[in-house]
Amino acid sequence: MQLRVRAIETILTEKGYIDPAALDLIIEAFETRIGPHNGARVVARAWTDPAFRHRLIDDASTAVAELGVVGRVGDHLVAVENTPKRHNMIVCTLCSCYPWEVLGLPPVWYKSAPYRSRAVSDPRGVLADFGITLAPDTEIRVWDSTAETRFMVLPMRPAGTEGWSEERLAGLVTRDCMIGTGLPKRPEEVA
Amino acid sequence: MNGVHDMGGMHGFGKVEPEPNEPVFHAAWEGRVLAMQRAIAYTGAWSIDLSRAAQESLPAQVYLGVSYYKRWALGLEQNLLGKGLIGADELAAGHSLHPGKPVDRIMTAADIGAALTRGKFGRSPTATARYTIGESVRAKNIHPLTHTRLPRYVRGHVGVVERIQGCHVFPDSVAIDAGENPQWLYTVVFDGRDLWGEASDSTVKVSVEAFEPYLEPA
Repeated sequence: MQLRVRAIETILTEKGYIDPAALDLIIEAFETRIGPHNGARVVARAWTDPAFRHRLIDDASTAVAELGVVGRVGDHLVAVENTPKRHNMIVCTLCSCYPWEVLGLPPVWYKSAPYRSRAVSDPRGVLADFGITLAPDTEIRVWDSTAETRFMVLPMRPAGTEGWSEERLAGLVTRDCMIGTGLPKRPEEVA
Repeated sequence: MNGVHDMGGMHGFGKVEPEPNEPVFHAAWEGRVLAMQRAIAYTGAWSIDLSRAAQESLPAQVYLGVSYYKRWALGLEQNLLGKGLIGADELAAGHSLHPGKPVDRIMTAADIGAALTRGKFGRSPTATARYTIGESVRAKNIHPLTHTRLPRYVRGHVGVVERIQGCHVFPDSVAIDAGENPQWLYTVVFDGRDLWGEASDSTVKVSVEAFEPYLEPA
């Protein structure tokens, strides 16, 4: 595959459609700057600043942009909030739509047939694959990203984190808990 | 089209297997494919919908049998050929053999900020939204042969409009080069048992983002 891809790049470069230096910078951005640490900052801010949380739920694109930790944010970002009664989970059954700006590039499992096929019909089974068991009466709300709207989950703040700084809280926020296939780390897991 | 890409509710793919400490890319060429896709999109040669349509039109066994980035690479090749940006002879030779076609713009290092920002898909509405929040709607029983974003598992089922997401570019039109044809976009939520039967998990609710032409009054 490497040779085939190199051939395409050579042709596109020789024809003047692309600049390989720009390609290098795109790759570097996704390998270093754009990742779930961005989303973790957003979640930690929402946990410590109720007014920000409201703005995030109301219009995540604007709220995240104003926070300024994530570079540029596109339109149509939607944050959905977990509560004791409702757990949210994000999927794209048709391809692999994912909130790149706040979570980076999606992991292989998110793009895989097992996840895309079962997240909508058997979300509890999928959660079990991740070692997560929710209370039997918790509503599970699955968001299928079938358009250009992009979703991120705002998980519940773990108990025992009263008085924690935003930075310390961000250390509890995993990528998977912002997709809905995980829960934030408990304080004792990072002690 | 009713392709294998439309996977919601299918059986037989097995467990979800997360990879511990997964790298961003598993091989250097994967990053090149992603970046080329971005850079070509920047030229205005085609939209994201055409990229999706190209991957969906791969033979089913190919779609299922190759990795995510290989699928991207195959879709990229197909669209480059289809739009006449490169020739099959060039692909075989591994070099340019003819002058390039004019494109709107070329992405340089200075454009990276813009290149990494998602496109805007919202458009000014030309009509008022037909449905309101809380209204019951049925996903139409349609089976277009071309690109659509209405998954099979909701077709024919009744759900409730939960959010109105604005008026957006309509992928079904864009993918066949029929223009943006903006349409109202709704979050429509379905009860899991309506989709998967009475024996299924009663705590599950599933929403899709549905364009107005996908819906009819229930």
